[in-house]
Amino acid sequence: MHEATAKTLFEKVWSDHIVRDETADTPAVLYIDLHLIHEVTTPQAFSLLREKGLSVRRPDLTLGTMDHSTPTTPVRTIKDLAIVGESAAKQVVAMQDNCRDFGLELHGFDSEQRGIVHVIGPELGATQPGKTIVCGDSHTSTHGAFGALAFGIGTTEVGHVLATQCLLQRKPRTLAIEVTGKLRQGVTAKDVILAIIGQIGVDGGTGHCIEFRGSAIEAMDMEARMTVCNMSIEAGARAGMIAPDETTLAYLAGRPRAPKGSAWEAACKRWLSLKTDSAAAFDKSVSITGTDLQPMVTFGTNPGMVIPVGAAVPDGNGNASFRKALDYMKVTPGKPLSQAKVDVVFIGSCTNSRISDLQQAANILRGRKVAAGVRVLVVPGSQQIKKEAERLGLDKVFIESGAEWRESGCSMCLGMNGDTVPSGQLSVSTSNRNFEGRQGIGARTILASPMTAAASALEGHVADPRQFLRE
Amino acid sequence: MRAIRKLESRTVVLPSTDVDTDQIIPARFLTTTSREGLGSSLFYDWRFTADGKENPAFILNRPESADCSILVAGRNFGCGSSREHAPWALLDYGLRAVISTEIADIFRSNSLKNGFLPIVVDEDTHQWLLDNPGCEVSIDVEKSTLTLPAGRVVSYPIDNFARYCLLEGIDQLGFLLQHKDAIQQFEEERPWKP
Repeated sequence: MHEATAKTLFEKVWSDHIVRDETADTPAVLYIDLHLIHEVTTPQAFSLLREKGLSVRRPDLTLGTMDHSTPTTPVRTIKDLAIVGESAAKQVVAMQDNCRDFGLELHGFDSEQRGIVHVIGPELGATQPGKTIVCGDSHTSTHGAFGALAFGIGTTEVGHVLATQCLLQRKPRTLAIEVTGKLRQGVTAKDVILAIIGQIGVDGGTGHCIEFRGSAIEAMDMEARMTVCNMSIEAGARAGMIAPDETTLAYLAGRPRAPKGSAWEAACKRWLSLKTDSAAAFDKSVSITGTDLQPMVTFGTNPGMVIPVGAAVPDGNGNASFRKALDYMKVTPGKPLSQAKVDVVFIGSCTNSRISDLQQAANILRGRKVAAGVRVLVVPGSQQIKKEAERLGLDKVFIESGAEWRESGCSMCLGMNGDTVPSGQLSVSTSNRNFEGRQGIGARTILASPMTAAASALEGHVADPRQFLRE
Repeated sequence: MRAIRKLESRTVVLPSTDVDTDQIIPARFLTTTSREGLGSSLFYDWRFTADGKENPAFILNRPESADCSILVAGRNFGCGSSREHAPWALLDYGLRAVISTEIADIFRSNSLKNGFLPIVVDEDTHQWLLDNPGCEVSIDVEKSTLTLPAGRVVSYPIDNFARYCLLEGIDQLGFLLQHKDAIQQFEEERPWKP
């Protein structure tokens, strides 16, 4: 193929959704194939629709759930959940009313398919290669794991998509991130993406759409790929994508919203043609040797402040923001993180709450006890995952080790629902953001993989999971 | 959106890099169904101490910051979540613009839709602004320029369409709705349906 016509995965999906091309004076009108909505970033958008007397253009391309401000306390049936706080309860009611009034499918408290928005999209097979997917949530980049162009939007844009099924967008630049070689035992997708962010920085992807590629990415299952794409935004990128392949098709086959019969065959053919043409060029490229990677942990207050578990905390060469981060975290330059006592371990979030994440954590916790004084919260990403984990007996593994087993939701990732880390306490979390106060006022967060989080729960300090691995 | 053509103000300087949206407005304040009144939650955990008292050391609480509407911030301001509550809170508090060397994508997009100006300048200009807190500057949206004291003029990049919407106070939804026929045609003619 000629270089001028050769396209990247991103360019193929982008050009397939152009209603009106961009000009110097106007952005492109981009069609959206799937609009995911949740209770926190939509109420003001629905109010706008009401004010202007507009309806939702494509209710059939809109899918709702409730996840952010919903409780995860164990109950007999999810209908018994009691929402923490009057305003959160009001928000949940508003979501129910809005979805009813505008005729939208909502996976609310009565749905067995309720869960974190970025978990249920793929689980239902609504997330598919080649689609444009948006949601009022920055971790929408997760869906890029399927070769979809998926990105987070603000509430004004949520209103735009509800009313027109389109967005005004400028075309981002492209960034190829190649992860070569084979990951070693104990090194997971979470460690890969943390290492990438450590290398390119929390603004390394700004203005770009990332394509993750290379043998280490190709070898990943879909859940691992979702973990990688999920944190694209933590490198500042609008989106992260991975080319669809047989692994993608195998995951989607038979899912409730996946095409069936001859439509499935046609879709597979189209999906497999989305991969970047060999002659296509990226605006920027980065390469990382997967074989060299180790389990990674953050030590500061953004995901780019990251080191291999066991390594010494760097000193930041006198940078004031760096110093402020270390002071907030109460960590000492030159010392490893294993010096600090861990108070809370959180296993969950749209980054790491899928069945393989729970299995990895359970494999380490099985037959062992959580260290005294450590609170461990395990929050599955969806009610479906909860059910599957219980079928596999993982809930018993967690409970017997001393961990709490919860209903699904965003939970302690951002502490909007009452699940918070108390002020000053240190948390090892499988979530995506270690910002100041993210998990609660004054909470200190160390980001890690499910395996590292589980190992740290057992040891009571940040610990290398590889010591607990069994064949 | 309120039209904005010109903004003149003294600056308030927050030199930290990578100021994320969880600092601009912590997640626990997002359980609202309104976009009004969020200024009281702006930078809450920096503005207030654990017992709810004003933190006198925080820059926005100092007397010299009163009436300033232009924030000068470290690189990569607004990184993190997509919450539009961040520009809503900044505007409700009384700030109208942020100047940095880099502004995170989603925050920038949200800001422009609400008439909050995200201004990206070169390292030298930025350093000068960091070193001279409280200086009087003006932003001319039409010319896309920032004028520093002593008349030094610096231009900043902005998308033509975003600038037009700021100047006219145009709501972008109206522009999108004008494409109704093209959208319908796209839906009918595309080779595959989602």
